[in-house]
Amino acid sequence: MKKSKENGAQGALKRISGPVVTAVGIDAHMYDVVKVGNEELMGEVIKIQGENVIIQVYEDTAGIRPGEPVTNTGLSLAVELGPGLLTSIYDGIQRPLEVLVDKMGNFIERGVSAPGLSHEKKWEFVPTVKAGDVVKAGDILGTVQETNIVHKVMVPPNAKGGKVKKITAGSFTVDETVCTLEDGTAITMLQRWPVRVPRPVKQKLNPDIPLITGQRILDGLFPIAKGGTAAIPGPFGSGKTVTQQQLAKWSDAEIVVYIGCGERGNEMTEVLTEFPELEDPKTGKPLMERTVLIANTSNMPVAAREASVYTGITIAEYFRDMGYDVSLMADSTSRWAEAMREISSRLEEMPGEEGYPAYLAARLSEFYERAGRVINLNGAGGSVSVIGAVSPPGGDFSEPVTQNTLRIVKVFWALDAKLSQRRHFPAINWLNSYSLYLDALTGWYDSEVSPEWNPLRAWAMGVLQKEAELQEIVQLVGSDALPDEEQVTIEVARMIREIFLQQNAYDAVDTFCPMSKQYDMMKAIKFYADLARTAQAGGATPQQVIGVKSKNELVQIKFIKDYEPALAQIRKDMEAEFDAVRAA
Amino acid sequence: MKEYRTVAQIAGPLVFVEKTEPVGYSELVNIVTADGTVKRGQVLDTSDEVVVVQVFETTAGIGRDSGIRFTGETIKMPVGKDMLGRILSGGGKPIDGGPEIVPEKRLEITGAAINPYARASPADFIQTGISTIDGTNTLVRGQKLPIFSGSGLPHNDVALQIARQAKVPGSKEEFAVVFAAMGITREEANYFMADFEKTGALERAVVFLNLADDPAVERIITPRLALTTAEYLAFDLGYHVLVILTDMTNYCEALRQIGAAREEVPGRRGYPGYMYTDLASIYERAGIIKGVKGSVTQIPILTMPGDDITHPIPDLTGYITEGQIVVNRDLHRKGIYPPINVLPSLSRLMNLGIGKGHTREDHKKVSDQLYAAYAEGNDLRGLVAIVGKDALSERDRMFLEFADLFEDRFVRQGLYEDRSIVETLDLGWDLLATLPEEQLVRIDRELIQKYHPKYRKKAQG
Repeated sequence: MKKSKENGAQGALKRISGPVVTAVGIDAHMYDVVKVGNEELMGEVIKIQGENVIIQVYEDTAGIRPGEPVTNTGLSLAVELGPGLLTSIYDGIQRPLEVLVDKMGNFIERGVSAPGLSHEKKWEFVPTVKAGDVVKAGDILGTVQETNIVHKVMVPPNAKGGKVKKITAGSFTVDETVCTLEDGTAITMLQRWPVRVPRPVKQKLNPDIPLITGQRILDGLFPIAKGGTAAIPGPFGSGKTVTQQQLAKWSDAEIVVYIGCGERGNEMTEVLTEFPELEDPKTGKPLMERTVLIANTSNMPVAAREASVYTGITIAEYFRDMGYDVSLMADSTSRWAEAMREISSRLEEMPGEEGYPAYLAARLSEFYERAGRVINLNGAGGSVSVIGAVSPPGGDFSEPVTQNTLRIVKVFWALDAKLSQRRHFPAINWLNSYSLYLDALTGWYDSEVSPEWNPLRAWAMGVLQKEAELQEIVQLVGSDALPDEEQVTIEVARMIREIFLQQNAYDAVDTFCPMSKQYDMMKAIKFYADLARTAQAGGATPQQVIGVKSKNELVQIKFIKDYEPALAQIRKDMEAEFDAVRAA
Repeated sequence: MKEYRTVAQIAGPLVFVEKTEPVGYSELVNIVTADGTVKRGQVLDTSDEVVVVQVFETTAGIGRDSGIRFTGETIKMPVGKDMLGRILSGGGKPIDGGPEIVPEKRLEITGAAINPYARASPADFIQTGISTIDGTNTLVRGQKLPIFSGSGLPHNDVALQIARQAKVPGSKEEFAVVFAAMGITREEANYFMADFEKTGALERAVVFLNLADDPAVERIITPRLALTTAEYLAFDLGYHVLVILTDMTNYCEALRQIGAAREEVPGRRGYPGYMYTDLASIYERAGIIKGVKGSVTQIPILTMPGDDITHPIPDLTGYITEGQIVVNRDLHRKGIYPPINVLPSLSRLMNLGIGKGHTREDHKKVSDQLYAAYAEGNDLRGLVAIVGKDALSERDRMFLEFADLFEDRFVRQGLYEDRSIVETLDLGWDLLATLPEEQLVRIDRELIQKYHPKYRKKAQG
């Protein structure tokens, strides 16, 4: 895990250019963490060139001079994993922001270090194995009630394991030994793990269970599997952030890791103030109790932004190893890619497309590949689903970050500025989005929702597709010129859009729509469509069919919690109205 | 202080100095030319071999015989209470003939990032008196909301109207304006100054002027000086500060100029790859801090080259700021003031500052409905151009008329017309009332019965 080696070699700075500095005289390895300058700013070795060691610094370098000392810690950039992670709010290198406020006030000054976990706080450890049991790497030794989530204390993945000599229940800090093995290995509740190295698993599984989000267009039309990957590319102002926050709030993952990577300070604050107040729909406890937030806003140091996604995914993997379903949101991976670009250009590397480094695609795929539904080292299941936001410049999806992301991820939720201008939220374009998990998830929908769901979904997509074609004709000749049947198709498509696809994140009821309700709503729309078709076959005009008033009530169903009676009434009213049409 | 005469190279705004003792990154540099003039610069790159200095003024007169003095400290801004009412150059020197600023503090102009944990969530509605902002793109305290405009459009009038009318209804807190001009013409600057003087706003304003003929590189520090001042006024003295930065396009041009002079690998359209981070270090200096009285609200103005919203400057800005107000050429041509196109405009913090307890409970729904109806009407205009008005359905015709009405009554208002939020919302309802009630699908029945003119009149009658 760490290359803790005696290293007296202290070097000196040779050159400073923004966040990238050059040092000489240290014996360093790639990705070693170093202390830079008199103020001991934290940095990481990113290039070695003869005796020149090039370092990216996680803090502002203003005022640092050539000749100041550089010390190699010999350790890789690592995070602290253990009880106390949940409810934490970190910067990109796992410094708790709350502690930083105490240490240096309202603004982030430099040269302050703070451990990721509290080393004073005592946690109540309850062993689940006993002396004499044989444990191996990844096995659970005991539990700690961290919040309403049970934190499982594991044998570190790189430990040998062995026979338990002594294991004690009681109150411990994360540094105190809770378990000793026969060979003398002392195990604490704290693990340190280098962020750039994926934590090992036994086996990766196929994703065949959906991550339920309560968002109709996602669950219903473009689902993501647990352990899957999705991208939300969206031009600015298309509601990307709101969509991601909805996912964080409502997805049925047990643990949420939210990385605000190079995003807005005020928006991070919104997350930071909203999450603790939000109630977890399943437990009634604050949502924050199962959340880890990482906030590295756009004006915080760029190198820490580069590190933030690795910090986040390592924490996510740690909870996965305990057997939890974790969803990780990275907002936005474009800012992460830009941080890479910025550092690469300071290194004077040969640029690839649009100035991004040539290793952009490799870094992106390495990151997304850390997602997955797995069997852990201890044999239990767990998953990390990764949802990455992409912010294509100028809304141009052909740019390198979006393109390289799309080559990797399986779900694409195409946010559309045009829709958001029309206040169609979530502004996810139903024609451009896709999910490659549909086939893998068919079985789940058949057994858990209804065997009717898959055909119903296909029907709805068909209507929407048809509408897009018809709209082209309407643009040219007007809607009156369409055949009667198609006029009704347009109306049904409008209903699907306005009733099913539009969802109000700010409405107390509509913000989360269970799968059963999604099914009922879609079925009601189809019910109208079928009645309309029958009526038209019986000679009703499009005006008569579209004029059915009771169908307009369907939209209100969204906002009603116990909607079944109202929905049944609407269905009855629609039938009655169609009967009247037939009679006329 | 040691003076070096080891200039090796001068390229554009950059001076390369050799054989120095260790010099700090980002340090302030004084350059003394042969005739004794002192020019200021900043260290961009430092090593034991060569130090690269970016000069904020013209490099005219700098030569290999110039003396270079490294001051040993980063650029600091002297700030004090008596700054209000003063006019300073883009480099922070008084140019109104008044005395030097008596510094109470000297602050780093780069400004540290506010710890996201220390930020308070913006929630105070700022009434600008402009319907298209208050009604549909609401500004809140602590927000950064830029105006995206084009050359020849009245963005300055809009900015001035906001500065003149902005208030938090029902609050009597102290309020100040920090105005930073970067590369605007003397004429534009005079226009701003005249309005500030006329309305008495100057007394509570600090003005930084870097005009079109001032050194371009100075523009790099002008917004930072302005924001340092704003943060001092806000977080030390408790003022609610509105910062107007114009024109950010000129700032970005200066950034590109330096990047080119350093022979950096350029990003899109020749702008440096770090422009996002650089702009963020300006725009992010807005907000509210928990337990601290003041606030910084930013209205940067930028002109979109070729009215292209996908140009890197508006594009990167939009990714950092919390929305944008888009000034539109077509509306301007139609003679509508303020020519704000609500469709691409957005305020991301709007929902925090509106609704019950802030403005009125129907605000969000009315705004959504106005948006949706206007967007639909606007789309139909394209269709009408092809098929003619007669081919439209009854419903479509109504939306088409709504779009015209919306522009004429809701968007259009006088330069000095200060509409209260209630007036704006009621106006919205009047317009919505021209549509059949069942078309108002985004508003709950309850609100319709409470605010729709049809029921309001009934209730009153």
